[in-house]
Formats: sequence, structure tokens, C-alpha cells
Amino acid sequence: MGHPLPSVLAFFTPQSGGSPNANEINSLYKITLFIALVIFVLVEGGLVYALVKFRARKGAVAAQIRGNTRLEVGWTVAAALILVALAVITFSKLAAIQNPPNSGPAGDVLAGDHAALYASAEPKPPPNGKSLNITVIGRQYIWQYVYPGATEPDGLGAPYSYETMVVPTNTTVTLNIVSADVVHSWWIPQLGGKFQAVPGYHNYTWFKISKPGSFRGQCAFLCGRGHARMIATVKAVPPAQFDAWLAYQKQLIAQANAAAHAARAKLGSQAGAGQVGNP
Amino acid sequence: MATYAAPIPQVSTHHVEPEARGWTSWITTTDHKRIGIMYMVTTFVFFCLGGVEALIMRVQLGAPSNTLVTPQTYNQLFTMHGTTMVFLFIVPMMAGIANYFVPLMIGARDMAFPRLNALSYWLLLAGGIVFYASIFWNPPEAGWTSAVPLANSVYSPSGGQDAWIYLAHLTGISSILGAINFYATIANMRARGMSWGRLPLFVWTILTYSVLIIFAMPVIAAAVTMLLTDRHFGTHFFDPAQGGSAILWQHLFWFFGHPEVYIMVLPGFGIISEVLPVFARKPIFGYKAIAASTVAIAFLGFLTWAHHMFTAPIPEAILVFVMLSSYFIAVPTGVKILNWVATLWRGTIEFKTPLLFCVGAITIFLVGGLSGVFLATYPIDWQVNETYFVVAHLHFVLMGGAVFTIFAAIYYWFPKVTGRMMGESLGRLSFWLMFVGVFTTFLIQHVMGLDGMPRRIYEYDNVGNLALYNLISTVGSFILATGVLVTIINLARSLKVGVAAGPDPWTANTLEWFTTSPPAENNFDVIPLVRSAEPMKDIRREIERRSTGRTVSDEAAVPAGATRVGL
Repeated sequence: MGHPLPSVLAFFTPQSGGSPNANEINSLYKITLFIALVIFVLVEGGLVYALVKFRARKGAVAAQIRGNTRLEVGWTVAAALILVALAVITFSKLAAIQNPPNSGPAGDVLAGDHAALYASAEPKPPPNGKSLNITVIGRQYIWQYVYPGATEPDGLGAPYSYETMVVPTNTTVTLNIVSADVVHSWWIPQLGGKFQAVPGYHNYTWFKISKPGSFRGQCAFLCGRGHARMIATVKAVPPAQFDAWLAYQKQLIAQANAAAHAARAKLGSQAGAGQVGNP
Repeated sequence: MATYAAPIPQVSTHHVEPEARGWTSWITTTDHKRIGIMYMVTTFVFFCLGGVEALIMRVQLGAPSNTLVTPQTYNQLFTMHGTTMVFLFIVPMMAGIANYFVPLMIGARDMAFPRLNALSYWLLLAGGIVFYASIFWNPPEAGWTSAVPLANSVYSPSGGQDAWIYLAHLTGISSILGAINFYATIANMRARGMSWGRLPLFVWTILTYSVLIIFAMPVIAAAVTMLLTDRHFGTHFFDPAQGGSAILWQHLFWFFGHPEVYIMVLPGFGIISEVLPVFARKPIFGYKAIAASTVAIAFLGFLTWAHHMFTAPIPEAILVFVMLSSYFIAVPTGVKILNWVATLWRGTIEFKTPLLFCVGAITIFLVGGLSGVFLATYPIDWQVNETYFVVAHLHFVLMGGAVFTIFAAIYYWFPKVTGRMMGESLGRLSFWLMFVGVFTTFLIQHVMGLDGMPRRIYEYDNVGNLALYNLISTVGSFILATGVLVTIINLARSLKVGVAAGPDPWTANTLEWFTTSPPAENNFDVIPLVRSAEPMKDIRREIERRSTGRTVSDEAAVPAGATRVGL
């Protein structure tokens, strides 16, 4: 896993550099970190100053102060204002973090808008409605990625891969995150935030990678004894290479399907179709 | 001024009856002080067990791809550690401290329901025994949050998960009964003159703690009952394949779980508010603001639960609402910290161990509070949720809000419970080791989380600097543990050779110091009339006035009517 920002500041900030949403979270984090550090220095400074300055000495008498309403109202309002400011900053950044942009001109040629498959917490498509929509399936203890391109009416026959997700560069990739068993959490730090894969629910996120590269992540929600080894890698390749890869996956699946058809036909002819259960 | 010859108030209790001795007297006792001691000793033992579990985990993580423990054992360790610290240490330790001191601080002779009080303790012990018995079979391994479907019978078939459910039930009933008892005691049994505005701040926090428990604990009781029937009796509350909802568990758990955080830290805030004025020799700054912020935090604490679920599939309206409510709760919390700093301001601060632990608690909690703002901002939470950043955050919150305040309470009130002072040099050594240990262990964990290390993993690949960061954290955990060990040695030593404390060694402000150390079984022979929030100050002033025959210098600061202590 590379450190895209090998500076002192990067030491204390979240991973970024893979996708615009991760970069926006990173800059929101830095603003928050700056505010938090200022508050820490002021409050802790006041505390340490009081401890040093007002330690018990001979002849010192403690001032019997019971409060100061103006001061107390003042710092309550100040604290509230800081948080209002933080909320405003956060809201101003939300759109860039949550809403996927259109693919770049050098991106993959996409088939057109994908209908929202399920009604749940809303998926956010890019403005032109075009994205590469991959279904991420969490299962103990491996990630599966199902690409568009189902050949059967029930959605089967789509190309898929495990553990390593291959995606085209400069292309908006939207993810539909689901689970086959327990709760998992999809997280590639450099590509933005994490989202739980909950059985019975759909969760959505997106990323858009500009340069070819490999991004590591792992399951971030306790899913059992193999949790620590549930690794995920996103590999970004140029669109042409991606198309070739996807075609090859489709070809493999077609071959496997053909072989299965042949095997079923053979079994059927041997035992009679009525006796063969749905394999 | 009164012309009659009123008796000079003094500390005087007389021997009522021979004290019951032997172990049966402990089992049958309904004395709130003995029950309090049993609570404190039991929970401290669980604290040590939970600490050992943490150390084993830190050793396992000290090097990448380590194989000291199996994944199964590791999952059991963090489940046991989290559950122990929350259900068997912090919450009942606060109940133990409150058990001993709330009646004394409000001038009562016992709790409102002494036998119910004993039942609370024995239920807690039963819960702890049921839970720890599972280590002889299969301990639970779904984490202290026991999220479904992992915790259901398909993915966690072992009885350990059921032991966890029974622990939640038994300690939950124990806490609810205890909370009702505290509420009834505080509402009804205060000394004459102790109006709500004169209630010690620690008692205010215990009152709030009780209300939080009464509202929050039934929710977890319902949730674990549903989990139990899902596991064994064929219901499908949480089974998505049968129309149940896995998210429902998260909602129910955190609707309990977030108020639980305040159940754990508010009494600690109360301890800080009691200790600081004593050692700064100054009244608490803004008594009303501190009491009011306690209540405000408790109320807001019920509106923020979903900030534990920002990465779950929940609607955006809830994300926004919970982010704002979580921001909002930072205001009363910040107000408390500023009030504490102002309490020290222009005081004459005596650096005794209880004060050190309180100041350490404020510093550590401040870090945890500020990292909480990051977690409340949901886009940032998407990056740091369920990582070591959260582990760092919650340990700063609980080390500051609970552990350090509990240690302050131990050093502050040990003289009252045992009649002996604790050793100051060992106390200071323990403080500095623990303080340095907390920062060494947990500060670096923020960075581990930011660099992509999720929590609850038994091993990690050596990517980036994770190996170095983890090693630093492991070294820190042993510094912290050494600090705790020093206090254990100090406790054992002081019990034998501690200097006799006398009734009021700190020249403190509240009524528990108006009786012998340790107090007689009836606490007080005479319960003084309370005339301010600092009744012991009034009493000392009155004693001085009557014994010297002249007014003391700070007479002007005494509220009207407080010059005579009625008996």
C-alpha cells in the first residue's frame, strides 16, 4: 500500500489519492484537524497554565469565585458557533463526496444508464446516468464482484471476479454493496469511505480512478474468524485493457456454461429428464 | 445571632452494636457500605481480567503476521475484553462507588431499599460468573456489540454467545434495580436543607446515570431476548431470509449503547467535579452550569445512537440529523471542561494523587472528545469508522472519563473506606506511568486506523509503518499496565501500613467527611442541617467560630444564614 502523501501532515490524515471522494474527505478531515488542534492547544494550555501558575504557595489564598454568567454564556455560544461552522463546511463538501461525477473523456464507453435495481437507501448515479455499476458481494471470507452483462433473464451469466476488482481508469464506477451471509464492510482507504454490506440491504458508493494502479483494502466489519484475511484489491487499468479483460471473463463463463449444458444433456439422456433435479 | 448555648458540632458517632464479622456477614449484609465495597472489589478484579485480555491482544499485535493466538482465541479475547470493561467494570464500578458514597454525601443512613441493593450486587456477580464460566467451554467471539447475523445460531453456534446474552440480562437487571434504588434514595433521603441546588455534583451525575440506565437498559434487554429467541426458539427478528432485519439489531444495540457511554463517563465527570474544588481550595466554578450540562448530555445522548451506524445502509436524513445531534452534545461536554479549568484558575492547587488523576482524566478525555467530532462528521466517519481510529477514540474517552476518574476516586475516598491514607509517592508514580501509558498506547492507534487498519483483526500485513506503530502501542500498553500494578501494590500496602486518615483528611466539602473513617454502620448519629452546596465548609467555619469565639476571615463569603449549623 503506497503512501500518496508522504509528508508530516499525511501521517495524521486519512488515505487518499485514488479517487476524488477520498480526496475531498481528506481535505474535510484536515480542516477539522486544524480546528481540533487549535481547541486542544487553547484548552490544554489553559489547564497547564492554571496548574503551574496557581499551585499552592505559602501565603497564597484561593479566590472564592463561584461562577461568571457572562463568561459561561460566552464560551457556550462560542463552542456552539465552532460546531455550526464545522457543519457548514461539512455540508459544503458533501456533494463532492457523495455524488459521483461523469466519467472522463478517456473513460470506458458505457452502455448507458442502469436502472436502480432495488428500492433502498438511494443509489446516486452520475449526472449523465452512465457508470460502470458493479455489485460487490461480501461473503465469509472473500469479496465477489459481479459486472454488468448478464446473459440469462434472471440476471445470471454476468462476468464476475473474486478478491481483485478490475476497473477502467477515468471511468465512474458505482458500487452496489450486498452481503451473502453476515455483515461485512467494503473499504479501500484510498478510494473513499467504507460501507457495510448487510444481508437484506443494499448500500451504495462510487469511485473514479484517474491513473492505472492497485489499491488495497480489507473487510472493516467483524465477520468471523477469517475477518483479518478478507482482503480486497482494486486494480485500475486503461479502458481498452479492461474491455479485453471483461471479454475474456465473459468468454470463460460462456465456455463453462457450454460445458455445463453438455454435462446436463448427457446426464439427462442417461437417466431421463424427469429424474434430474435442478443442478 | 442565637443566644442559646447550642452544642458545638463535632464528629461524634457512638458504637451501636458489635459489628458482625466473618464471611457470612458479607453475604447477608444489606449495609450500603459493605455492598459498595463488594461492588468495588469485584469490579476491580474484572478490570484486571479485562486488562490481561488486552495485554494478550497487544502482544499478538506487537508484530505483523504473528501467530501467538489463533483467530478464534483472538476474537474471544476482544469480545471478553470489551464486554468485561463495559458490563463488569466501568458501569458496576460507578454503581459501587455510588453505593458507598451517595448515602453518605446526602446525609442518609442507607439506600432506600437495602435488600434490593444487595440483590443488585448478587445479580452482577452472577452475570460475571456465568460469563466467565464460558472460558471453560467456548467464550463468545462476536465482539461486545454481538452484531447479527454473526451472533445468531448459524454463525455462532457455541454456548459462549448465550453466556454473553445472560450476562447482558443479569447485569442489566442488576443495573436497573440499582438505578431505581439510587433514584429513590436521592429523591427522598437527602439531609434536611439539601435542596436540588445543594446536591453534590457527584450525586447529580449518579441521579442522571440512574435515569439513563432506567431508559436504556430495557432496550438492550429486549434486543438480547430477541437474539435469544432467534437462536433457540425459532423466531426471525434479525434473520433477513425470513423477513427479519440485521439493521434492527444495530439500532436497538446502539440505542442502548450510546447512552451507555454517558452511563460510563457521567459519574466520572461527577468525581472530577468533587475532587477539583477540594484540591484547588475553591468552590466549583459554575455549579448550575455543570449540573445542567449533565442533564443536557443525558437527554442528547438518546438522540445520537445512529452515529455508530454511519456506514450502514440508512437514509441520508438520519445521517444529517445524527451528525448535528452529535455536534450538539459536544457543547455541554465542552462547557464542563471549561468549568473545570476555571475551577483551578486562581486557586491554590495541592498536587495530591486524586488531583493528578483528575487533571489527567481531563486531558485524556479532551483528546477523546475532539476525535469524537471527526467521528460525528459522517463523511469523515466513513473513513475512520470500525478502524483503530475508533479504538483510539473510545479508549481516550473511557480512559479519561472512566478509568482515570475511578483511580482518582480510589485515591480520594480510600481514606474514608479504610481509615488509612494511600501512599502519595506510589500514587504519583502510578499516575505518571498510566498517563504516559495511555498516550503511548492509544495516540498512535489513530494513525493505524487512518492508514487502513480495521479493528478486530488478529493479524495484519506489514504495509506502511503498521509494524512500528503496533509495536509502539504494545510497549505503551505494558507501561499502562505497570501503572495499574503500582496502584494495586499501593492499595495492598496502604491497607496495612497507611497513615491513619481521621474523619476529614482532605479538608473536603461534602458530608461523607462528617463521620468517622470508616463510618459506623449507621453512618451518622446526627445528620446536620445543610445550608449550602459545601456543608463541610459551613461546619468547619462554625466549629472554628464557636471554639475561638471570633469570626473567621472569609465570613463575608458565607451565604446568608449559613453561620449556624443546626443539629
